[in-house]
Amino acid sequence: MMHRHSGLKTALGIFFTAIMLFPVYWMVNISFTAKGSIRSGDVIPMDFTLDNYARVLDIQLPNLATSIVLALCCVILTLVIALPSAYALSLLRVRGSRVISFLLIVAQMIPAVVITLGFYEIYNKVGLLDTIPGLVLADSTIAVPFAVMLLTSFMESIPKSLLEAAEVDGATRLRRFTSIVIPLSRNSIVTVSLFAFLWAWSDFLFASTLDGGGSRRPITLGLYAYIGAQTQEWGPMMATAVLSSIPATILLVFAQRYVAAGVTAGAVKD
Amino acid sequence: MKRKASEMTAVSTQPDGRRGMLDRLNGQMAAIGFVLPLIIYLLIFYAAPLLQNMSMSLHRYTRRTFVTGDAPFVGLDIYREVIGSSEFWPVVLQTLIFVVVSLIFQYAIGLALAVFFNDNFKLSGLLRGIMLIPWLLPLIVSGTTWQWMMNPDSGILNKFLGLFGINPIWWLQADHSLWAVIIANIWLGIPFNLVILYSGLQNISADLYEAAALDGCNAWNRFWNITFPLLRPVTSITLLLGFVYTLKVVDVIWVMSMGTGSSKTLATWAYSMAFGKGTSATIKYSQAAVLGSILILVALIFGFIYLRVQKAQEEN
Repeated sequence: MMHRHSGLKTALGIFFTAIMLFPVYWMVNISFTAKGSIRSGDVIPMDFTLDNYARVLDIQLPNLATSIVLALCCVILTLVIALPSAYALSLLRVRGSRVISFLLIVAQMIPAVVITLGFYEIYNKVGLLDTIPGLVLADSTIAVPFAVMLLTSFMESIPKSLLEAAEVDGATRLRRFTSIVIPLSRNSIVTVSLFAFLWAWSDFLFASTLDGGGSRRPITLGLYAYIGAQTQEWGPMMATAVLSSIPATILLVFAQRYVAAGVTAGAVKD
Repeated sequence: MKRKASEMTAVSTQPDGRRGMLDRLNGQMAAIGFVLPLIIYLLIFYAAPLLQNMSMSLHRYTRRTFVTGDAPFVGLDIYREVIGSSEFWPVVLQTLIFVVVSLIFQYAIGLALAVFFNDNFKLSGLLRGIMLIPWLLPLIVSGTTWQWMMNPDSGILNKFLGLFGINPIWWLQADHSLWAVIIANIWLGIPFNLVILYSGLQNISADLYEAAALDGCNAWNRFWNITFPLLRPVTSITLLLGFVYTLKVVDVIWVMSMGTGSSKTLATWAYSMAFGKGTSATIKYSQAAVLGSILILVALIFGFIYLRVQKAQEEN
């Protein structure tokens, strides 16, 4: 019964997906269109050019590099904080774990714009404004609560007997953590890393406020510079937009499974 | 090894002994050691900025006092000023419209697509995966693209409407800007809803549908009598999280309209005042901090609601 309309459903599915992805397609389309023809709005780049990319690559490559460094540092910091604490919250029966869980939920709900203002004042005092470490620390706040919650809920599912057996064999807590819990959590660690990377990469709020636009700025600010400009140059702007979408696209192609896992784990407990 | 094992069990069978207590104390110390980095982290990177924000809302910070650091304490004066200003309630209303309308459409469209993709058909997995793209792109990228599509002169949206003889719409101006950013935000939120609701659907047993189909229930009735009620737990969590996340949105609105006209929400207003951008030409730290405190309060309330809903679901 379910399969009678399979062909029709596939056609409909492609249609819906096409509508959903139209803006993305449009971005790519414009990025390959020569300046003179952008306003004519052709559905495919009739006046094809690579000029837009050639023009932005020089300017944006350093920004892309900055973003990669930022995002990778953010992943490391997130894991360093989240892994041991998730272990304590899930398997070591630490006191006050309920309070910490609640604080994490609230932390995730606090608007970044509020934290930004506080950060700005503090960074101003301690001299972290316009620095990469400052931005890494700020960006990590987007991912840490999520990471701890996701890893905790995964580690809770690790069979206790496994850890007890290791304890009997004389493995210390640290050893159980490094040789059992971490290897078993591999998938969750990948998911957390993906999101930490992606969120740091996409961050605009912290970058636009804590990074005064010095020489080392992330790609999101590189893109934003076109928006603030008096004469909007759509071609280079869309080419930059495409460049800043590369990581998301790569992740989707190679790690769709982990992405979907992250979205659902963040919201639904099963 | 074997001998050691029996020793360990011997110890753990008498938990009231001195060894047992010491062990537990030891264990608790170790556990705290593992969780300590997180606690320090939360204190420095959440508690400190939030307290800073709170303090700024109670002291009158100006450009000068921000530098000199002698902002006078004024109690709740700034709260009164901000809430009493003629702008406050209209912005609250715009924020609510932004959040609620976005949520309704994100959810409805996400659910429709989830139901659609729930029957496995050719390419369904692939298409479902591709649909995630809008959600994974940096918000600033999506905002930029929508801004261009909504360009009044040569944007594709007005070109399309022109085919039906509709006059160009000034999407990102004045009264229209709220609806423009809502449209973009709905588009952004659909994948999130789709993924969560799809996974919710996967947990509903196919037997139920078969039984209903045998009873002569059509697809429409099956949806309203089985799918929708059984999705209720997932729905409430999705909408709850959606509410909080949508309340925070700054990037998309900022990139599209800089929070001008009717697209000014509490979050974008706070952003513009805190850093003297967009509609706020001067920096107003304290006023921004007041809006920040209000947003924190809402986050706290929703944190409690979320926890209660989750607990109620676990008990079921």
